[in-house]
Parts: sequence; structure tokens; C-alpha cells
Amino acid sequence: MTRTPLIVRLAPWLFTLGFLLIWEFAVRGFKIPEFFLPAPTIVAKAFYDFWPAIVRNSWITLQETLVGFGLAVGFGLLLGLAIGWSRTIYAGLYPLMVGFNAIPKVALVPILVLWFGIGFLPAVLTAFLISFFPIVVNVATGLATIEPEMEDVLKALGASKLDIMRKVGIPRSLPYFFGSLKIAITLAFVGTVISESIASNNGIGNLMLQAQAQFQVPLIFAGLVALAIEGIAMYGLMAMLEKRMTGWAQRSGFAQN
Amino acid sequence: MEQGFIALDGVSHRYGGQTAGPDNIVAVADLTLSVNRGEFAAVVGPSGCGKSTLMKLVTGLQFPYAGSVAVAGQKVTQPVKIAGMAFQAPTLLPWRTTLENLLLPLEIVQPHRSQLRRRKAEYVARAERLLASVGLDGFGDKFPWQLSGGMQQRTSLCRALIHEPQLLMLDEPFGALDAFTREELWCVIRDLHATRKITIVLVTHDLREAVFLADRVFVMSARPGRILAERKIELPRPRDLDVTFAPEFQAIVHDLRAHIVSARQ
Ligand SMILES: Nc1ncnc2c1ncn2[C@@H]1O[C@H](COP(=O)(O)OP(=O)(O)OP(=O)(O)O)[C@@H](O)[C@H]1O
Ligand SMILES: [Mg+2]
Repeated sequence: MTRTPLIVRLAPWLFTLGFLLIWEFAVRGFKIPEFFLPAPTIVAKAFYDFWPAIVRNSWITLQETLVGFGLAVGFGLLLGLAIGWSRTIYAGLYPLMVGFNAIPKVALVPILVLWFGIGFLPAVLTAFLISFFPIVVNVATGLATIEPEMEDVLKALGASKLDIMRKVGIPRSLPYFFGSLKIAITLAFVGTVISESIASNNGIGNLMLQAQAQFQVPLIFAGLVALAIEGIAMYGLMAMLEKRMTGWAQRSGFAQN
Repeated sequence: MEQGFIALDGVSHRYGGQTAGPDNIVAVADLTLSVNRGEFAAVVGPSGCGKSTLMKLVTGLQFPYAGSVAVAGQKVTQPVKIAGMAFQAPTLLPWRTTLENLLLPLEIVQPHRSQLRRRKAEYVARAERLLASVGLDGFGDKFPWQLSGGMQQRTSLCRALIHEPQLLMLDEPFGALDAFTREELWCVIRDLHATRKITIVLVTHDLREAVFLADRVFVMSARPGRILAERKIELPRPRDLDVTFAPEFQAIVHDLRAHIVSARQ
């Protein structure tokens, strides 16, 4: 292992700082009005001023997202395994899944509201619906791309389908699965915020909607920052999990091909 | 030597369904061949002629629409379970160490499967002996991606042997290796055959490899494959790599080459 040079390790921070500085100076230099694009310092102040509201709503958004994401993981795993297991199930579900995935999930929110009212549940379900698809596809891909020779080696020994699944299929699809979690958690946030800004009295999505109604533009941006922080934290968590669970795949260059 | 340990009689196989159709390819047609117990047979032939198909028919991974396949006196109607297989690609599982990869067949095949827990230490010792016999002692706890191509191929060979099969099926196992490593592994296989007295079927593109290793070489025709010629290799055993430079060796190789050339036309 070679150590990453200092400059490379500092790069993320330096680039972020650079981005904020350019933003700050551009806003000040071009005298962009605050209600159009507030400078980072103004956003930071709003973040500080509205701290209790931001924390409370962030917490709600995070809960909704995680519950929806959890459902997506469970359901996505099961469906992915089923599709990878049987060609009949694959053939039968494929058009349904593609059709379902093609529906913009925002269009489902009114229906969810009709069924479940506004608030926690529609947000959870929107997060779930929007994030399970990549998990299914990735798990099924991992199973479907077992090398035929590997299958032959085991079958010639008298291995059953379940044996092949347990010994090869499932371990093999794990890197795909953990890889898909990064995408899924990001999408889950999208789902939650969509639902919150249409049908909720809580959450960051709702906070931003209210701030917009009251023309508190810095607070809108503060909401965005809160979402970004949550998103980055969860993404980081998933990336760490992926690395932990499937280190062999990254070291062997397996996940890349 | 028991005659007809592997016996294919008038075997025809078609991929993609039993009935003829535009997408269905007849891979082998009227293929007849017999390999004795303990014999080392090599199969050569043009690319796509059905050599791998032959391997799958013998091991019970595919079933013919005409003719019969029998192994050890029994008609093949399901995977044979007494065979070990190795291919051009080593197909090791990257999440398992070399040793764990070797133990994989024992997790599948009875009676080992149900005795695995109890006899673990014994099995591990067996795997380590096997690794040592191909010059890989001490590499058991390495992962496959930490091994060179030739070392991975040796591991794959060991995996094919761990459950002590009566039959070893090798489908171009050295195809992806450099000439020196390949010759080294020829000797490994030669010694395995000599000490274990197992029946080996080797598919190869390399005529020198076939002649050096085999007791008998079968030449297949272009698709649909059948046996064009059969040649007994009478060179005395144990054979040394030097034999590949001997004139009688060269003569056999030339003779076989002529068959292949005519098969390609
Ligand atoms: N799974 C399959 N489905 C359909 N056709 C197949 C399949 N496997 C092989 N074939 C066809 O059967 C024929 C024989 O294939 P096979 O793999 O047995 O050839 P081969 O002699 O092993 O070739 P090579 O020397 O290139 O490995 C080929 O024409 C191939 O297209
Ligand atoms: Mg082949």
C-alpha cells in the first residue's frame, strides 16, 4: 500500500472551500440580491438562526428516508434473488418492473396521500418506491452473471441449484448489492423530500416549501445544506459498509468488470 | 485395463432444443469413442467442432438427442459426480482463499459433504498435500488474485482432484499460459496420472501437448464433430520433456497435423 499524498487527501476540502469562496465573491462582486442567491455566509447565518427547526426537520427527514430505504433493501433483496433464481419469474416480472420504474414517482404521491393521508407514511413509501429498483437490478445482475464454467464445475459434482446459489450466486452478488445501496440511499432522500414538499407538515422538504412561501431565501438554501449533509453522511456510511463487506471485490478488481 | 470406461456410441447433440430449427446448431453428430479406465485420452480438432460439448456430454451436463453416453458402465442421465473438471479459465472464487477454493467440491459431493465438519482437519491436510504436489505449498491462505495465472491454474487442477475423482476432464486447461509454465504443468499432470491411475480426458489445441501426455489422441472433424482419426501414442513412459524433440515424437505431431488440416477443409 502506498500512502496517498497529502495534497490528494486535502483536495476534497480545498475544492469545497474554493467552491464556497467563488460563490461568496461572485455574489458580492456582482451584487446579486439575497432573495435571488444568498452568499454562503448568509446561508450559514440562516442555518444558525433556524438551528432548532432545521435539526427537528432533518431528523424527521432522516427517519422517513431510513425506514423507506430499509423496506427497499429487504424487498429489493428478495425480489432480486427471486428474479435471479428463476427465468420464469424474471420473464414475468421484467415488463412490470420496467413499466413501474418508468413512472415518475412524484406522480404517485397524490395516490399515496389518498390512501394514507399526509405525513410520515407517504414519505416513507415514496422513498421506498423510488429506491428499490436499483437494488433489485443489481442483485439480479450479480446472480445472472455467474460464469457458466463455474456452474459446470459445480453441477458436474452434483450440486443443486440451491447449492450453486449459496456457494457462488449470493456471495458473488454481494458487491453489486452493496454498490447499489449508495445509489438507493441517495434516491430515497429524493423520494422523501418530494413527498414532504407535496404532502407533509414536517421534514426538510416542508421546511423549504414554507421558507419559499415566506420568501426566506437563505433558509431555503440552509435546508439544501442540511439535505446535502445528511446525504453525504448516509452515502459515506454505505460506501464504508461496501468496503467492509466486499473488500475482496475491490482488491481483485472484480466489481469493475 | 477396463475397456470402455467412457463409451459414446453414435452420439448426436444439438443446442437450443431437441428438434431441428434455424437457431439450433448440431454440435456433434454420430460421435463414437471409447476411453479405457486409467487411460489418458486427448481430443484435438478445429475450433468450434464440439470438443467442449463432448466434455459436457460425458459429465452429464448436456444430453444427446441420439446415441448413448455411458461412464463406468452406467448410462449418463444426470451429472456423473465421479468427475473433476478444469477449464481454460481457472474459475476460482475470489472471496475464498486458495485453500477454501480447494475445499469447495467437498462441500458439494457426498459423502464428504456431510462429514465436512467432523473431518475438517483431515480434509485441510489433504488439500495442503495436493497444493504441495503442484508446487504451491504455503499458498493456501492467499487469495486467487494474489496468485499468478499459472498458480491459479494449478489451484484449479487441485480443486478438480480434491474429492479424488475417478475421472478428470480437462478442457484446454493450459490455453492461457505461456510456453514454459505450460510445459511445467504438463509434467504436473503427467505425474498425477502416473501416481493416481485416474482416467483423464484432455481437450487441447496444442498437438505437442496431446502427444506428450496422452496414450491415445482423437482427432475430431469440423462441426458437426465426430471422430476422424484415432492415434495410439506408443512412446514409453515415464516421458521426459526431452522426448518432444525426438524425431518419432515430431513424426506423430506431423501426422496429426495433417489430419487437422484435412478436418478444417
Ligand atoms: N451453450 C450453447 N448454446 C448454443 N450453442 C452452443 C453452446 N455451446 C456451444 N455451442 C455451439 O456448439 C458448437 C460446438 O461448441 P463447442 O464449445 O463444443 O466447441 P469447441 O470444439 O469446444 O470449440 P473451441 O475449440 O473453440 O473451444 C459451436 O458451434 C457452438 O456455437
Ligand atoms: Mg471449447
